[in-house]
Amino acid sequence: MAPVIQARGLSKCYRLGERERYGALRDSIVAAVTAPVRWLNSKSNGESGTGDRTIWALRDVSFEIEQGEIVGIIGRNGSGKSTLLKILSRITEPTIGSAIVRGQVGSLLEVGSGFHPELTGRENVYVNGAILGMKRREIARKFDEIVAFAEVEPFIDTPVKHYSSGMQMRLAFAVAAHLEPTILLVDEVLAVGDVAFQKKCLGKMGDVAREGRTVLFVSHDLTAVQVLCQRAIRLGHGQIQGMGPVAEQIGQYLTDTRAAAPGELDRPVQLFDDLELLKFGFSPNPVQSGHPATFDIELRAPRTLRFDEVAPLIEDTLGRRVAVIDFRLPSGLHEVRPDKTLRLRATFPSIPLIEGEYRIGLFVRSGDLYSLKWDIITLDVSPKPDVEIVPYRTDIRGLVALEFSVTSPAADTVHSSRV
Amino acid sequence: MIEPARRWVPIRFGELWEYRELLYFFVWRELKIRYKQTALGVAWAIIQPLFTMLIFSVIFGRLAKLPSDGLPYPVFAYCALLPWQLFAFALTEASNSLVANRSLLTKVYFPRLLMPLAAVSVGLADFAVSLVILLAMIAYYGITPGLVILTIPLWTLLTVVTALGVGLWLSALNVRYRDIRYTLPFLTQVWMFATPIAYASSIIPPAWRPYYALNPMVGVVEAFRWALVGGAAAPGVTVAVSVGAVVVLLVTGLFYFRRTESTFADVI
Repeated sequence: MAPVIQARGLSKCYRLGERERYGALRDSIVAAVTAPVRWLNSKSNGESGTGDRTIWALRDVSFEIEQGEIVGIIGRNGSGKSTLLKILSRITEPTIGSAIVRGQVGSLLEVGSGFHPELTGRENVYVNGAILGMKRREIARKFDEIVAFAEVEPFIDTPVKHYSSGMQMRLAFAVAAHLEPTILLVDEVLAVGDVAFQKKCLGKMGDVAREGRTVLFVSHDLTAVQVLCQRAIRLGHGQIQGMGPVAEQIGQYLTDTRAAAPGELDRPVQLFDDLELLKFGFSPNPVQSGHPATFDIELRAPRTLRFDEVAPLIEDTLGRRVAVIDFRLPSGLHEVRPDKTLRLRATFPSIPLIEGEYRIGLFVRSGDLYSLKWDIITLDVSPKPDVEIVPYRTDIRGLVALEFSVTSPAADTVHSSRV
Repeated sequence: MIEPARRWVPIRFGELWEYRELLYFFVWRELKIRYKQTALGVAWAIIQPLFTMLIFSVIFGRLAKLPSDGLPYPVFAYCALLPWQLFAFALTEASNSLVANRSLLTKVYFPRLLMPLAAVSVGLADFAVSLVILLAMIAYYGITPGLVILTIPLWTLLTVVTALGVGLWLSALNVRYRDIRYTLPFLTQVWMFATPIAYASSIIPPAWRPYYALNPMVGVVEAFRWALVGGAAAPGVTVAVSVGAVVVLLVTGLFYFRRTESTFADVI
């Protein structure tokens, strides 16, 4: 039998200005107002743009997936996982290459995007079901099952705005989980609800595959990938770096991310055009959790450049964003000149991260030019030496070490004030 | 089969038909939301054209004494305001439809044409309500419409298709250039004065009328007046020119929309 998904040389190129660059840092109002200006600029500049004007989010990706397989897609942020799923679900088109998809595709890319707060749970189930490709009769038939799965029966005729976020997510996932496409694309939906509900979701996806349907599963949760999938595709920088049994691929992925970046910049890094990164790093490194540190960055260029944004990005080894060191100024812009390098220092009274390795990347933007580099250096955070209790394991402790003191507010003062 | 788009993309009517239930749900959702979020709900469908009609009657009818082809000015104005409000609403909603639903657009696949289609359809609910008011007004003024009143659905369709044709262009452009949103109120205002709503098209020199009718709303408004309150001859040439203009708008709009559709999720 022919494979249900056959991808051949899928590539996706984003031209600068075609994708909202780095949404979170960018003021979309400014973008809207300057659109005609940028349009004129791009016309007058013609094709003389620099190499950084395009990004290949996906490059020459080929693979085949058989019916009934559950395949995990792993890779860091920006490795092209989501772009791949978006192409397969036809939300966006490949620039080059093609894919043959046999069967009906249902995608679970961030469930609940179709929910409207004013509508009741019942109404939203119908609308969302239809958006995901279900027929009205099909939704009606599965309605009770969906509501029971989401555990929201008493509130089904209440507007969704009165739901807790957990309830909303559960309902959204429940709708999506009752889709019956032959191919299911899942992107990071298991970050939903409590542990019990997550287990239920994993179970549901296992059922889906046992029924002979195919699942493509993207997640940062490597444990979930390992439990659920037989095979994994490992993406990096938009290319396939490995494909095969899931345990093997996850192992390779972890090895790769560990070996990625040095602690300090050993040589200048070229950003866009002639802009160079001379210095980039924490001091001290390694730093102790909860101890002070400074972060230095130095930029040089043979011409004058003004920066709208200079933002080092801190991520954990799985590529989850931990923090952004936002160097934007409330007024004015940073500047480099031929005779003056730009030196910036951020001073942290204490580093509130738990022990472990962190990757530091950098986003720099000057007008239409920008550069986004991952994994430039590694920050090592060592554990607090002076703890009085044994800390929890790192994998259950989150990423942030909050500083706090513990007291027992005197109970009798509360009582007396109440009398 | 997923491939990069070619230069000319066919419109997949079959697919649109397959997704007809989703269209229904989009319209249903919009109506629900509108009537849930507004205190006056369906009353807005009456208040808006009624008040505009009153203002027009006072300013243009009484004070400026614009000719109304022998009809009572309120009826004259309302006949035109009816399709106009449908058009203006449908156009605005359609143009903003893609941007307003960007979170859906970037996460789920469905034929994007459904969004402007649903947006223009929503206006029909208000239209139906205000049509009833108009019929009451006609009765009040003792006008007996002829059998031609049965052509109303046809002209309503023409109104909606006009809005859709322009809306397809503007919604697709709006994805890339948000300026569209800011020019829309201005555009509809100018357009309104370019349409014989407050005045009769008889004040336009006859030689100019065929060109004047290139504004499709001229044909629509003329046809509405003719169908509802009679008047002299059927506005044949005007309507024919307007229909021609609409067809051009719609076909080019469809193709432009389809051609840019594949990049919506990347650009929006």
